[in-house]
Amino acid sequence: MSEEMNVTGAEDITDAITPYERLEIIRNKNRPTIRDYLPLIFNDFFELHGDRLYGDDGAILGGIGRLGNIPVTVIAEVKGRDIFENKASNFAMPHPEGYRKALRLARQAEKFNRPVICFIDTPGAFCGIAAEKRGQGEAIARNLAEFMVLKTPVISVVLGEGGSGGALALGVCDELAMLENSIYSVISPRGFASILWKDASKEKEACNIMRITAEDAVNLGIAEQIIPEPEGGAHNDPEMTAENISKFLVKTLNSKMKKDIDVLLNERYNKFRKIGVFSETSENI
Amino acid sequence: MLEDLFKVVTARFNNDGSEKSAETSSEKLFKCPRCSESCSPEEFTGNKWVCPSCGYHSRISARERLSITVDKDSFREYDKDMSSLNPIDFPDYEAKISGLKSRTGLNDAIITGECTIKGEKCIIGVMDSHFMMASMGSVVGEKVTRAFEAAAEKKLPLVLFTASGGARMQEGLVSLMQMAKTSGAAAKLSQAGGLYITVLTDPTTGGVTASFASLGDIIIAEPKVLVGFAGRRVIEGTIKQRLPEDFQSAEFTLENGFADMIVERKNLRRTISHLIRLHRPYKEVDIIV
Repeated sequence: MSEEMNVTGAEDITDAITPYERLEIIRNKNRPTIRDYLPLIFNDFFELHGDRLYGDDGAILGGIGRLGNIPVTVIAEVKGRDIFENKASNFAMPHPEGYRKALRLARQAEKFNRPVICFIDTPGAFCGIAAEKRGQGEAIARNLAEFMVLKTPVISVVLGEGGSGGALALGVCDELAMLENSIYSVISPRGFASILWKDASKEKEACNIMRITAEDAVNLGIAEQIIPEPEGGAHNDPEMTAENISKFLVKTLNSKMKKDIDVLLNERYNKFRKIGVFSETSENI
Repeated sequence: MLEDLFKVVTARFNNDGSEKSAETSSEKLFKCPRCSESCSPEEFTGNKWVCPSCGYHSRISARERLSITVDKDSFREYDKDMSSLNPIDFPDYEAKISGLKSRTGLNDAIITGECTIKGEKCIIGVMDSHFMMASMGSVVGEKVTRAFEAAAEKKLPLVLFTASGGARMQEGLVSLMQMAKTSGAAAKLSQAGGLYITVLTDPTTGGVTASFASLGDIIIAEPKVLVGFAGRRVIEGTIKQRLPEDFQSAEFTLENGFADMIVERKNLRRTISHLIRLHRPYKEVDIIV
């Protein structure tokens, strides 16, 4: 498939697909996960386990491998496609040890001057007793702070669901790309509906006002790139999707790795620093 | 002045639907929602809005907090007029904000500025749960970030009193990004060697717990306040069982290693000023004879 075709396809789809339809596409049980993409994008991949503090969280995968010729650290949230995979990865809802494993590997990457590539695909950080006891809030906060000053390039890609702080914990980066049908939201559309209208079934209405699509994220200045998916969604051609992701990563890494690290860090800080909409006049209303 | 505060307090409890206690005189008594004991509003206010019987630390407004924390006339407010716009065109958001402005006298859920506390100069920020449960949108994110930046630039300690229901849903992804923005600013202050003290007050939850509230060099909590990431009902919904009473309390947070100390409201001024003094550059420390 030529690149041109992808781009044209993307524009057609954008006009036709509603946010809720995108949610249905990313919920397709055949939607590729990081486990599908890993061998298609990276060579010589070695998975590395554990946060060295408490345990190993199956919801976040980490390791080192090569993207083309470039050694990279990969950190990814792991969706499963059947009950066994989902049990092992807790439906991609990380515990604090998952975020701490991510941070350990990011610091290791910094030490060896390897860029970090994060793949976001989570409904959100896990909500449970153990997660609270082990400091879910602190684990996410620490990642946000440390990734902001990590002295190596960080690129993040949203594969499917970018759910809230659990997604953002892998989303402090130099450049954020989203797969065409992926979503990124402050809370799940279901959670939004249940808080706002006390009715979780109004998910569809929530989707349509929340601004959660890749296009919305670009328009809000939060994502930089949209990676095209094959018509109908990534599951229709995982190889082509992987190739599109690879192209984006190689191009972006090449430009980020050329930059002086202080320039890169300033740009990373300012990318987030400028997000916010407010007025500063004394007039009321 | 005191009468006004009293009105606020009684209004709050009436709004909560709590029963009003019998009145011995014409004045309305404060009835503690925790122990049900009553006391006069003067006693309650004089006790810094802490129940004299059981030590219940009630939620107080940012102005009330400043009044019991900073040295008299020392507070200079930053970014007073900063106010929310509507980044994702959320239905009725402007109306909600303007209603809250007139009801609370605040422009958003935080007041920031500089002050002295027992003579120690610092930057201070106080969140106010009466404004949309102190959810973090663009204004909270920007003011907190500017407070971190001011602390780094002026080489002053930063003290933040946190309270929040989490991210402000009405600002969508823009509100989520405030977590990254504020945490990044905290990281920069830390790299610059600045002191950052967090005081966790009731309730500190969600996106604020998962960002700047958890990043203090020293984390203080008021007794028994709610501190956590996920909402209690959300967790109960996930695990299908009731959680114990003290779950996500300040004491739970301390026990699990995520706070340094629990300090009663009456001792906060002294504690904060002492901690700041301990962080003075060595050469400035007075020689003790």
